[in-house]
Formats: sequence, C-alpha cells, structure tokens
Amino acid sequence: MTEVSLPLFLLFSAVGLFGAVMVVTRTQPVHSALYLVLTLFAVAAIYVLLHAEFLAVVQILVYAGGIMVLFLFVIFLVRPPVPGERRWHGGRHVLLSAALAVILAAALAFNLVERGSRAAADAGALLAGGNMEQVSMTLFRYYILPFETVSILLLVSMIGAIALARKGEGA
Amino acid sequence: MLTVSHVMILSLVLFGIGVFGVLTRRNILIVLMSLELILNAANLNFVAFSWAHPGIQGQVFALFVICVAAGEVAVGLAILITLFRNRNSVNIDEFHLMKG
Repeated sequence: MTEVSLPLFLLFSAVGLFGAVMVVTRTQPVHSALYLVLTLFAVAAIYVLLHAEFLAVVQILVYAGGIMVLFLFVIFLVRPPVPGERRWHGGRHVLLSAALAVILAAALAFNLVERGSRAAADAGALLAGGNMEQVSMTLFRYYILPFETVSILLLVSMIGAIALARKGEGA
Repeated sequence: MLTVSHVMILSLVLFGIGVFGVLTRRNILIVLMSLELILNAANLNFVAFSWAHPGIQGQVFALFVICVAAGEVAVGLAILITLFRNRNSVNIDEFHLMKG
C-alpha cells in the first residue's frame, strides 16, 4: 500500500459523484450519457491514483470510447423521449427506492466499519515492474482460461446483438 | 493519507446512486447507464483491494468485469432497438408482455 494524496482523491471522487447524480436525475438521455462520461473519467483518474494505470487506460478506451459511443448512437436512433419523463417528477416509487438504496448502503457501511481495514505492509510490490507488464503476466499465466472464455462471451454477445438488431425476415 | 475505507465509501455511494437510478427511472437507456455505474463501483472495489493488499489479481478481474459490461451493453442496446422498433417506446412501464 503506497501513499496516495487524499485531496486529489477527494477531488476526483467529488467530480465522479456529481456526474453520477446527474446521470440519474437528467431527463434527456443525451445529458445522462455525457455526465456518465464525466463519471467514467473521474473513476479512471482514481485508478491512476491507485496505481492501476493500465486499467485506467482500458476504462477510457473501452468505456468512454466504445460503450458510450454505442449509447449515443442508440439514443439518436431512439429519438422520441419517454412521454412521462419530460421532467423528472420523482416517479411513484421514489421514496421506496431511496429507502432501499440507503438501507443497502447502510448495511454495507456497517460491515465496512465493523471489519475495519488492515493494510498489508508490503509497499511497492505493485510498482515493481510496469503495471501493464504485471497485468498481462498474471492474465496470461494464471487466467488464460477465463480470458478465452471472455473472448467467446464477447463473440457470442456480438453475434447476438447483430441478430437482434437486424431488420429483416428473421426478426 | 488515503486508506482503503475512503475508496470503499466512494464505491458504496456510487453503487447506491446506481441502484437508485435502476429503481426509479423509466427510460431503459438511463437504467442501462445506472447499471454501468454499479459495475464501476464494483470495479473500484477490486482496484482498491488490489492496491491495499498488493497483488495484481484485482486489476485482472476488473478487466474481466469491463469485458462483461461491454457484452451486456451490446446485447441490452440491441434488445432496446428491437423493442423500440416493435412498440415505438422505451418506457419500461409499457413492457409487461411477460406479466401473467
């Protein structure tokens, strides 16, 4: 566990939380998508702080670059907004949902406080060698089967997405 | 100095916001985006533990989570397009075909 500056972390987490709240409360899906990009970037910045540089790059490339472009394309395809959602009116289950979310968070927080956190003393082990080298070494040496499985999963979901979204005789 | 608890609290709040979005919003697109928030909260935990207890496995699993999220979004958006083509709506309340 290496030293990480707290103010930087607080700054990025504030930005990320602001973006997350905006994602959930905006009426226009486009605005939500753009605020989600903000949140993803803030999370990527926190990854960098936590010495997961490779993951931060992947986060920006795959999430902010790939997934969000997909989202924006679909938003433009699906033009008319939901009629009941012109303005965010809170919905019918807003209190119930908020209570549920708070209870869930409280349960997790209780667990967190209860256990506390004991940091391992072995500092700098993460930094020995490049982050990317370490990730790929571990990935290809110990997790080759999950890696191949994930590639098949991606292939299947790609074929499934094409088959579903294709306009034609099969649909 | 940053401790793992700080990161977990952030992840906790992010997760809560995501759950709130999934439960309250009626637009499927925004529900899918809230799901992404939840997955990001999970990833944040993976990375935090991989940092606090030095080891690279947490980051590897966060990588897997990102892959699965990409697949999930692709299929989800394809389903959404098909639904919109058939029903001309993206409002969750209007889809109750499977209700007995």
